[in-house]
Amino acid sequence: MAEEAILGYLAKNQEIADSGEFAAQHGLNHDDVVNVVKSLHGFRYVDAQDIKRETWVLTDEGKTYAASGSPEVQLFLAIPPEGIPLEELQKKLDPLLFKIGRAQAAKNKWVEMGKQLVSRKVQHVDDTVKDLLLQIEGGKVINQDDIKVLKGRKLIATQTWNGYSVRKGPEYAPQRKKFAADLTREMLQSGEWKNLEFKEYNFNAKGQPIEGGHLHPLNKVRHQLRMIFLQMGFEEMPTDRFVESSFWNFDALFQPQQHPARDSHDTFYMKVPAITKELPEDYVERVKRVHESGGYGSRGYEYDWNRDEAIKNLLRTHTTAISTRMLYLLAQKPFTPKRYFSIDRVFRNEAVDRTHLAEFHQIEGLICDKGLTLGDLIGVLHDFFSRLGMSKLRFKPAYNPYTEPSMEIFSYHEGFGKWVEVGNSGMFRPEMLLPMGLPEDVRVIAWGLSLERPTMILYGINNIRDLFGHKVDLGLIKTNPICRLGVD
Amino acid sequence: MPTISVGRDRLFAAIGKTYTREEFEGLCFRFGIELDDVSTEKAIIRKEKHLEEEEDGDDEEVLYKIEVPANRYDLLCLEGIAQALRIFNGLQEMPTYKVVNISRKSMIKMHVKPETSSIRPYVLCAVLRGIKFDEVTYNSFIDLQDKLHQNICRRRTLVAIGTHDLDTLHGPFTYEALPPSSINFVPLKQEKNFRADELMGFYKSDLKLKKFLHIIENSPVFPVIYDYKRTVLSLPPIINGAHSAITLKTKNVFIECTATDLTKAKIVLNTVVTTFSEYCERKFEIEPVEVIYSDGKSVVYPDLSFYNMEVPLSYITGAIGVPLEADEVTSLLNRMQLCAKQSVSGDCNSNITVSVPPTRNDVLHPCDVMEDVAIAYGYNNIKDITIAKGYNVSKGRAVSLKPLRLEEFSHLIRLEMAMCGFTEVLSFILCSLNDNFAMLNHEGDSSNAVIIENPRSSENETARTSLMPGILKTIGQNKAHPKPIKIIHGLVERIMLVIGLVPPDDNTTFYLKPSDDPEFVMGTQASIIYKGKRIGTSGIVHPEVLNKFDIPDPCAYFELSIQCFF
Repeated sequence: MAEEAILGYLAKNQEIADSGEFAAQHGLNHDDVVNVVKSLHGFRYVDAQDIKRETWVLTDEGKTYAASGSPEVQLFLAIPPEGIPLEELQKKLDPLLFKIGRAQAAKNKWVEMGKQLVSRKVQHVDDTVKDLLLQIEGGKVINQDDIKVLKGRKLIATQTWNGYSVRKGPEYAPQRKKFAADLTREMLQSGEWKNLEFKEYNFNAKGQPIEGGHLHPLNKVRHQLRMIFLQMGFEEMPTDRFVESSFWNFDALFQPQQHPARDSHDTFYMKVPAITKELPEDYVERVKRVHESGGYGSRGYEYDWNRDEAIKNLLRTHTTAISTRMLYLLAQKPFTPKRYFSIDRVFRNEAVDRTHLAEFHQIEGLICDKGLTLGDLIGVLHDFFSRLGMSKLRFKPAYNPYTEPSMEIFSYHEGFGKWVEVGNSGMFRPEMLLPMGLPEDVRVIAWGLSLERPTMILYGINNIRDLFGHKVDLGLIKTNPICRLGVD
Repeated sequence: MPTISVGRDRLFAAIGKTYTREEFEGLCFRFGIELDDVSTEKAIIRKEKHLEEEEDGDDEEVLYKIEVPANRYDLLCLEGIAQALRIFNGLQEMPTYKVVNISRKSMIKMHVKPETSSIRPYVLCAVLRGIKFDEVTYNSFIDLQDKLHQNICRRRTLVAIGTHDLDTLHGPFTYEALPPSSINFVPLKQEKNFRADELMGFYKSDLKLKKFLHIIENSPVFPVIYDYKRTVLSLPPIINGAHSAITLKTKNVFIECTATDLTKAKIVLNTVVTTFSEYCERKFEIEPVEVIYSDGKSVVYPDLSFYNMEVPLSYITGAIGVPLEADEVTSLLNRMQLCAKQSVSGDCNSNITVSVPPTRNDVLHPCDVMEDVAIAYGYNNIKDITIAKGYNVSKGRAVSLKPLRLEEFSHLIRLEMAMCGFTEVLSFILCSLNDNFAMLNHEGDSSNAVIIENPRSSENETARTSLMPGILKTIGQNKAHPKPIKIIHGLVERIMLVIGLVPPDDNTTFYLKPSDDPEFVMGTQASIIYKGKRIGTSGIVHPEVLNKFDIPDPCAYFELSIQCFF
């Protein structure tokens, strides 16, 4: 109603000078007019200029007196012409009203406060206070002296009145266009959508949260890495065994039985089941011999190899235990070249801190073929790591009991501004491969890294326990971005 | 990997060249050691005492902490590292270590009593004559023994080293094994005479030595070395006698290594004598000692013979993938402390004859020689060649690949579950027995679980036998997370449907059979039976279980083994 009135008025007139007067003239509520003006101004149908006025309004006390008369008049009228004892007069009136009324009536010299009786001093009084209050309530202007009195008695107070002067705006139209909030099925069916404009979205507001399922970030990265390996022609190894014998975890890898990694400080040994019952005995014999006295061109470690050590069960400390089993199986058949990979869990009896857990995921890749070179290893590492976004690599000589040569892989991290170690690699030793029965000219190049470290760098996570395990915030799982490794 | 601490200036003086930190790091990187940390003595002490950082005074010596490969015992001290880098830089030739040629008669003798075979059967000895210690070399000599004890000696179990001032002793020596109560001597750093059994009690409170007591403690006889005058040299592998202690003034050092592993004892003895023969009056010369067993057999130590290997040139270049001439290979090997010469085998193929010195016990196989060629050539110089031609993309490549079924299948199920609105969590496999059993109302049960012998904490006692503890712990840790948390919920039929199995009215494939597991509320739970085998569970988690995991909200749970679908 107010909108029609405003737009209609402006169609014929230059200006609405005062929204207050306009409201009064058109019998509209001023608050409604104000809201419409704000909205029209927002959509540039009109230009509105603020008008501010200080006005007097009645306080709550003032409002009561405007309705039922001032306290002094009420007190005066309560006194009968013959007078009344003070106590009785007091009983007839509200205590506050009595107190104010008595003081004001005495000040006006309307009453005589005698010792016995309270009596009228004049015959008739005018309630000027009430009249003035009614005038203010009616929006009339009264003189400053009266205002001073009423203000002194806290019967009136100032209030800022806000209104507008309104002119046509740049988008003025006699009627506002309708904006639809949503496109509905009905609109499509009726064809009404053609006449509609749609309400502009507030793109700064947060959208409704989407309810749905979520995958764990570590598994997202794991999946991308699997894809990368598959794209590079690698075959996945079955890693679904966590309990392994020391034989497959260490001995078969030419890792001597006194090697520090085999300490209980580093490895979880099993109480139940404590030992492995079945091992390929002819192979065990060859492994024993290569440890004790070498062969295949090697001196061996020259110590007494102990079978009891080899049959001890443990939680695998690396997935290389699986690679070893796979290579052994490969050696039992006529040779075929292979590219193998795996990404699965390994266990270390380590103290837990921000970067170490007792269990983590190892990524491992290997190529087994004749005539492989260290150059091939460097080449495949460049291929693999560049797919992970690490194209600047360099290699440091390192020691590993089952690889020779061994190379630590460093990548230049632009963000950290330095070289960081990203993995280990090498060529498996002949002392590991030849007892399996692989042909002498077969070489195996391999590399490994953890899944957690690149994931932490990728997702900016500093504490491994924020990524993996039961202390992980479900919110993190729900908000982490997609993993684009191997995509970019 | 072992780390050793060396004074920077002293190291540079020994290398014969001064480096900036970056230059030295680069050199280490190429050679295969690592500059781990740079500090000063005072800074280390401050760190240990958690004191405030102070400006280092100019007078403080800068210490380099260097990490060395675990199989390079020759690099466990400043002398070894400096020599290796000097030779690597071409500043020095490989020295020739020599056992002094003296007659058997005039050799110092060590007689081994048969009783030692039951506790610590081997003893190996050697003498360094006319050595000149200063404070730094003396400390380095002690530190090297310490490092060897920690590493190759496996905390003295395999080998223990004793070094003595020979001029305080009178050979011949005897290596014996005697009842502890009959051994009496004043041990190193003590003034009082101890009986060996009492000494063991005394050292129970010694932070350093108590770790070694177990090696002989329960033996009826203790190994002990005496001189001709029954002066105790040492009670291996625990402590030396005070009488023969070496000092800065010691000129002639008698070294004994007692061992349970002969090979490692040889390596240890050779490492000590070769490294410190540098300070002898006659450089790189070591005086031998004859060890005589009770059966009359005798061996002279140290054995500083070279180990010779014939390595075809084609093997080296073929494995590295870089064409190199024989003379290039020999000079590269010489820089790695391996003496190499070119030789030609019968079929005209070039061979490299490699003499592995007694300091390089890590060289076991021609592949170790090949690695040293690659290191000296520079791993990062190989790059240029391969990048140009690309690695051999066909190597090992199969014509067609099959995915691993279990992996692919579980990936598809994960996606399906997530599409149904569930959030994937990744819980630990390791947990406590309590988590796996009592927490799930399976008090006193530990069937089907593997049990870990040596867990560091109760968190690592077993490998979980169901996914339940990990998931409930996750929920317990995420109490503030808005509900519902959909990790798992009556999803069985959906999963079965997408696997391609008919709904449960056909009992021949799979069905739900009411169960009575204590982790679930009775009446709400069922076993999932597939081809007559129980492959999973589902139910409303028992309130007692929820309470144990500190979960205030009800939970429905479902678990399915997918391995049976293959």
